[in-house]
Amino acid sequence: MLPIDPRIKARVERIALPFNRYGYDPYGISKQHLAEMFTALGFFYRHYFRVKCHGIERVPTSGRVMLVGNHSGGYAIDGAMLITSMFMELDPPRLAQGMAEKFINRVPFASLWSSRTGQFTGLPEHAERLLEDDRMLMVFPEGARGTAKLYWERHSLVDFGTGFVRLAMKTRTPIVPVGILGGGEAIPSIANSATLGKLVGAPYVPITPYLLALPLPVKMELRFGEPMFFEGTGTEDDEAVQESVESVKSRVASLMADGLLVREGGQG
Amino acid sequence: MKVLLTGIASPVAQIVAKHLLAEGHQVIGIDRRLWEGAPAGVEMHAVDIRKRAAEDVFRKARPEAVIHMATVTHLRFRSEERYRINLGGTRAVFEYAAQYGAKQAIFVGRHTYYGAGADHALYHHEDDPPMAVTTFPELADLVAADLYACTSLWRLPELTTSVLRMVYVLGPTGTGTLANFLRNRHVPAILGYDPLYQFMHEEDIASAIVLSLKHKLRGVFNVAGPAPLPLSVIVRETGRKRVPMPELAFLALTGRLGLPSLPQGAIAHIKYPVVIDGAAFRKATGFQHDHDELSCIADYRSAFPVPR
Repeated sequence: MLPIDPRIKARVERIALPFNRYGYDPYGISKQHLAEMFTALGFFYRHYFRVKCHGIERVPTSGRVMLVGNHSGGYAIDGAMLITSMFMELDPPRLAQGMAEKFINRVPFASLWSSRTGQFTGLPEHAERLLEDDRMLMVFPEGARGTAKLYWERHSLVDFGTGFVRLAMKTRTPIVPVGILGGGEAIPSIANSATLGKLVGAPYVPITPYLLALPLPVKMELRFGEPMFFEGTGTEDDEAVQESVESVKSRVASLMADGLLVREGGQG
Repeated sequence: MKVLLTGIASPVAQIVAKHLLAEGHQVIGIDRRLWEGAPAGVEMHAVDIRKRAAEDVFRKARPEAVIHMATVTHLRFRSEERYRINLGGTRAVFEYAAQYGAKQAIFVGRHTYYGAGADHALYHHEDDPPMAVTTFPELADLVAADLYACTSLWRLPELTTSVLRMVYVLGPTGTGTLANFLRNRHVPAILGYDPLYQFMHEEDIASAIVLSLKHKLRGVFNVAGPAPLPLSVIVRETGRKRVPMPELAFLALTGRLGLPSLPQGAIAHIKYPVVIDGAAFRKATGFQHDHDELSCIADYRSAFPVPR
């Protein structure tokens, strides 16, 4: 068992999920594991990455919602900090549930922890079911191509898939765009090794100038936009959906640009 | 209603028979084994469902409904024998039911039909594919029996067929895969994994079967009770001790040192969950389980205390 901060434990109790008498929800999410995870992530959030949030009041505190953000920096530290922000900053706290890469569920302990903390394998069935259950879904439409960005590409966006907009339409879910800054500085990848990735069962392993991809203590920033709503059934032609995808992508880019402007102006 | 129940000597089928009697049905039972102390209202026939004598029972009794529970999961049966019992038996039951004028047939199957795997979704719906064929090939005969029963939905339109995919049993009879896995003092587990397991009390299983008879259900339905629990919690709450070991050690040690013998296909089921969504069945029948997870575990633990 890992250490648990009593304040974190108290916040876990306030998450509005249907936990049973053993402390598990119907998906197997565990209060104990959440408390252990947020105690650890809370330290990184507050003291290591000193995360700042802008526009958190735009995030609904109940009901289904999809957080859509950008990736950068070797592996999903940005995702971990976004999950932590929903737990630390919202009142009541919410559990953001990400869609994990498929390889994670094949790795001992990673499989266990991702299941117990609600970070399920990225399958359309999982995403749809969680939204129909009025939960908070976290989506990075760039996928592994997003975390594979190298240091000098950290402020760019690669193609967004269309699945998340189709899902939002089908489930009538608002999308909250999120611009995330700092992931690329935290893990300044200069290359990705597919060979090392094969050894650990991952798509790649990021290589940094200091070799190991341990995160540096840089400031991270999360900027939330106004919720976006898209009418439709999710079965529309690609062209029709692509327009909505591009509008979310440009909103994320604009939130990132706002943050960069502030950073470059020295106000970050 | 005159109801024929195959596999009636099994502990769960006996409970189904008692529920049927309590509802005022006439019960005809078929099983190779004897049911010692069967209630007076049960007409027992100690015959093999695949033999001519079983057909005679259908011919003479002319049941209005048939509930097929004469399938086996226990892996001690060789696969050839399991195919004969599970697929051959299911085929015989549906043929006799149609031939001798039954109006309704219920096939009692298992949720393991969907299989367990790293990239499987939690909460399977009825239209999900039978992945157990690849993840757990030793269960292929049960999947085949399930799919064969499903064919009667279009082959035999005059026979109202329901295929029920039930979660594991956990309760005082101690029957079924999960209950057997928990029988010893030490329960092996694979280090770094702790899958969800979904189970129901025998009484709730019997209620669900009788409800599907009452509602004349046609189609395929998942049947589930309480929300699933991690295997570690079930092991702890039944008073057993979980013995996690690396996967390679697990493979090397099963069947030795007092640990249960398991086929290769079972490994995925000890790493990953098979969880089903029973909403369609609840909506169609109004079914609600009476026994929650605590009650199932307490009844099992009381009937099967930790071995000394």
